[in-house]
Amino acid sequence: MSWMLPPSASTFAGDIDFLYYLILVITGVAFVVVEVGLIWFIIKYRSRPGRKAYYTHGSVRAEFIWTAIPAVTVVAIGILSAPVWTHVKGRFSAPADALIYRVTAKQFEWNFTHPGLDGTLDTDDDFTIRNRLHVPVNRPVLVRLVSEDVIHSFFVPAFRVKQDVVPGLNTQVWFEATRTGEFELGCAELCGLGHYRMRAMVTVHDADDYERWLASRATTTALR
Amino acid sequence: MATTAIPHEPVARTEHQELPFIRKYIFATDHKIIGIQFLIMSLLFLFVGGLLAMMIRWQLGFPETPMPGGTVLPETMAPGGILLPEFYNSLVTMHGTLMVFFAIMPLLVGVFGNYLIPLKIGAPDMAFPRLNMWSFWIAVPAGILMLAGFFVEGGHAAAGWTAYAPLSAKGEFSGVFAGQQLWLLSLAVLGLSSILGATNYITTIVNLRAPGMTWFRLPLSIWSLFITAILVLLAIPILSGAAIMLFFDQTIGTHFFDPTAGGQPLLWQHLFWYFGHPEVYILILPAMGMVSDIIANGSRKPLFGYHSMIYALIAIAFLGWIVWGHHMFQSGMNPTLGMGFMVTTMLIAVPSAIKVFNWMGTMWRGNIRFHVPMLHAVSFVAMFVIGGLSGIFMASTPVDIYIHDTYFIVAHIHYVLFGGSLFALFGAITFWYPKMFGRMMNVFWGRVHWFLTFVFFNLTFFPMHNLGVGGHMRRLYDPSEYEFLQPLAGTNRFITVSALLLFTVQIIFALNFVISLFKGKRAPENPWDDNGLEWTVPSPPPHGNFVTTPTVYRPPYEFSSPLVEEDHLPQDRDLGQKTDPASAPGTG
Amino acid sequence: MTFDGTPPANPAIDMTEEPECVAKYADGPVDPVVVVNDGMLANVFIRVTAGLPAGPYPIPSQPATIDQNGCLYTPRVLGVMVGQPFEITNSDPLLHNIKAVPSESRGFNISQPRAMTTTRTFKTPEVMVPLECNVHGWMNAYVGVTDHPYFATSAEDGSFAITGLPAGTYTIEAWHETLGKRMMEAEVVEGGTVSVTFVYGSTT
Repeated sequence: MSWMLPPSASTFAGDIDFLYYLILVITGVAFVVVEVGLIWFIIKYRSRPGRKAYYTHGSVRAEFIWTAIPAVTVVAIGILSAPVWTHVKGRFSAPADALIYRVTAKQFEWNFTHPGLDGTLDTDDDFTIRNRLHVPVNRPVLVRLVSEDVIHSFFVPAFRVKQDVVPGLNTQVWFEATRTGEFELGCAELCGLGHYRMRAMVTVHDADDYERWLASRATTTALR
Repeated sequence: MATTAIPHEPVARTEHQELPFIRKYIFATDHKIIGIQFLIMSLLFLFVGGLLAMMIRWQLGFPETPMPGGTVLPETMAPGGILLPEFYNSLVTMHGTLMVFFAIMPLLVGVFGNYLIPLKIGAPDMAFPRLNMWSFWIAVPAGILMLAGFFVEGGHAAAGWTAYAPLSAKGEFSGVFAGQQLWLLSLAVLGLSSILGATNYITTIVNLRAPGMTWFRLPLSIWSLFITAILVLLAIPILSGAAIMLFFDQTIGTHFFDPTAGGQPLLWQHLFWYFGHPEVYILILPAMGMVSDIIANGSRKPLFGYHSMIYALIAIAFLGWIVWGHHMFQSGMNPTLGMGFMVTTMLIAVPSAIKVFNWMGTMWRGNIRFHVPMLHAVSFVAMFVIGGLSGIFMASTPVDIYIHDTYFIVAHIHYVLFGGSLFALFGAITFWYPKMFGRMMNVFWGRVHWFLTFVFFNLTFFPMHNLGVGGHMRRLYDPSEYEFLQPLAGTNRFITVSALLLFTVQIIFALNFVISLFKGKRAPENPWDDNGLEWTVPSPPPHGNFVTTPTVYRPPYEFSSPLVEEDHLPQDRDLGQKTDPASAPGTG
Repeated sequence: MTFDGTPPANPAIDMTEEPECVAKYADGPVDPVVVVNDGMLANVFIRVTAGLPAGPYPIPSQPATIDQNGCLYTPRVLGVMVGQPFEITNSDPLLHNIKAVPSESRGFNISQPRAMTTTRTFKTPEVMVPLECNVHGWMNAYVGVTDHPYFATSAEDGSFAITGLPAGTYTIEAWHETLGKRMMEAEVVEGGTVSVTFVYGSTT
């Protein structure tokens, strides 16, 4: 049981993780203050014979303080969150040089259309693989999301990326992987009886390896 | 303890002739009987909802092991006692649906709205007693329709309690046909019941307050129920409308939510959450109100910042209308909108914090009596804080990208709905039980139940935060399919064991509730030394409540007033010429 | 059931993420769309479409069975009578869902998360009802649901037999998932046997 986020592997994961830990500390302090206060009051002001409670209807000053502190805190969290949100999910936030992929989700599989050797989507050398996505490291990747049936959600925990895939709506999400390896991708929106098995694997290659993989892929495709 | 410890037998008002059994207890128009009817119905649904949760937990804790007693389930649900994924989805859907619509909401609004409003404002009954009767007898068929879904071909609704279209709109995507339709019909019918109830509450509170019961002498429980009734009246029609649209999509071929014919899946989410977020406050505001009553009573002190408590309630209710988009940050909604919803959502923390600190302020320098209702009320504050603080994580849109649709959300909602609303309800039921049934609940077993519930509640739901932080998605039939979730299997098993124990210890409450009906100590008029008008009449109060209409002289929380020897000063006690400091404009 | 010419090549299936299934194939899994052995075509559904005396016909209590093994359906094509038990087996240690998508009636969509057997029935005749597995998009099977027992599926060697027909003249229809339909007339005499041969080919 840990409060630490699992290891991250994308450029903006650090910003998201920072906000998470910041909120964890702030709420942790508030949690301790309130719970310790409650316990202290419970013990200190427990009923004892011959004692009468202090008769008061409140204190404007105290209430002002405990209105202002949370207000300032949450506004500060909001101000810190806003640029990260825009950077990750803003409508025009995806870097212009991003490699574009298309993901077609359907009950219960992910079909990844890779842009092929020419790096451009919707050309002849595109190819589609089921449940496996291959991307190069240190290069922004933009994923266009399409659903054939119900709502799914594209979730790669290590990249701190999640975006619903809505039929009839063109959604997209971008990320830039920072290390090579294999990362699990899951569906995060209940999509039917096979929802729990709608998973895929993202393989992050280094640049050379990615080229080699693309080339080998091109030969196998040609053979068929 | 009480000033008048003479057990009273119910004294019927002379002008009321004795009603036949069926009019008195079945098709009753007496708000107290209707409240008790709602109580019985919603406690039964609470039990069923809990039972469904146990099946969910069994599957998550012990995925490949047959469930004890699971073999009684038909082959379409659990062949060999092991749940099927489609039945698991139905369980997830129905646990949420029953708990929200048929347990917590009727417990808070149906039971205590009915029971408390006339008694606490000094009225003989609701403004529209027959409408009130209908409100219950429309809720019953809604419940029957909802339960019927388990027995139809294709199984019960399985698209989650939020019923996101198009999964919910087309049977071919889920294999569920009649189940989803019954689900929608039931909610539309139940909506009618809620609207009737809400109209009644608003009219009653506005018109039937006793002389002297000004707005700022109303107890917080009544204030919260009043604001809740307004929310119900405005929010429920949106759900009913959306449910009917979805029903039409399924049955007569409309395409409101079907993208293949120009419909919009996100429209459902907007409608659902535009209803759904006020609904969340419908599920917590009455709990806050009743906890305020109980904490002031338990602390023997006036409620700290009575006025700001009311303004905070109003602020929460108002903000509740402009935050629905925070359920949809990752839905594909325009991200710029997400920014606006983040700000309004963050702001809700402010009135919530005011409430928590004012409850603490009420306890500060009090003379706290730890009767069982107080134990539950303090637990409410302690648990609501956790639920509120975990909400800040989700409100921050970038953090929400990661924790959206994970167990972090599950933990959050259970800290608010169980740790919050249900603890408040355990407190409220224990607090007003003597008034309802004329008997006291057993104190020893009440404390045992509170302690065990508090412990197992936290052991069950606190680790869910950690699951969420680990990336554990919601509504997964078998999380072991994911490699990165396999290390969390132990936590899941721990949660399951705690949840089973949490469910089991509720037997103590059920037995205490039932046995006390017959064997409990006879309740005096005012067992908790409270100030409210309901404590000035016999337990249980007779038909018509008050022999003569009471007159109200002061606010509801005049505990430990310097004007009198004893530590409480009922709202209707006439002190003659003595000045009453509390009737001067209050602080806060 | 014959097939003239060169049958089209069947596509290979990329089953990489289901190692339990891949292990069941020595040469790698192939989608058996057109199965031809020595010029004989398998997986053709044949049934009588006209000339039958009025029903109803007795419903067999013996179930029609389909198996999911190695992430493919066996048999790929089969017939079942309305009301006859339809037994679905999962021989793989993983989730399959079975979604029947008829166009004349409401289908079903059930799951088998582990090796197990489930029985369903069809209530409305329809030729053919496609079965699909949404976990494995390549899995397809076709069920001919009829209201009489006079149907058959061609075996690996292309043979088929419809037995028990009373004397009379019948229209017989053959159906293949990609090669389409063929019709023939046949006259059956009391106690006799009639041979019919449907011809499919790469040119048609």
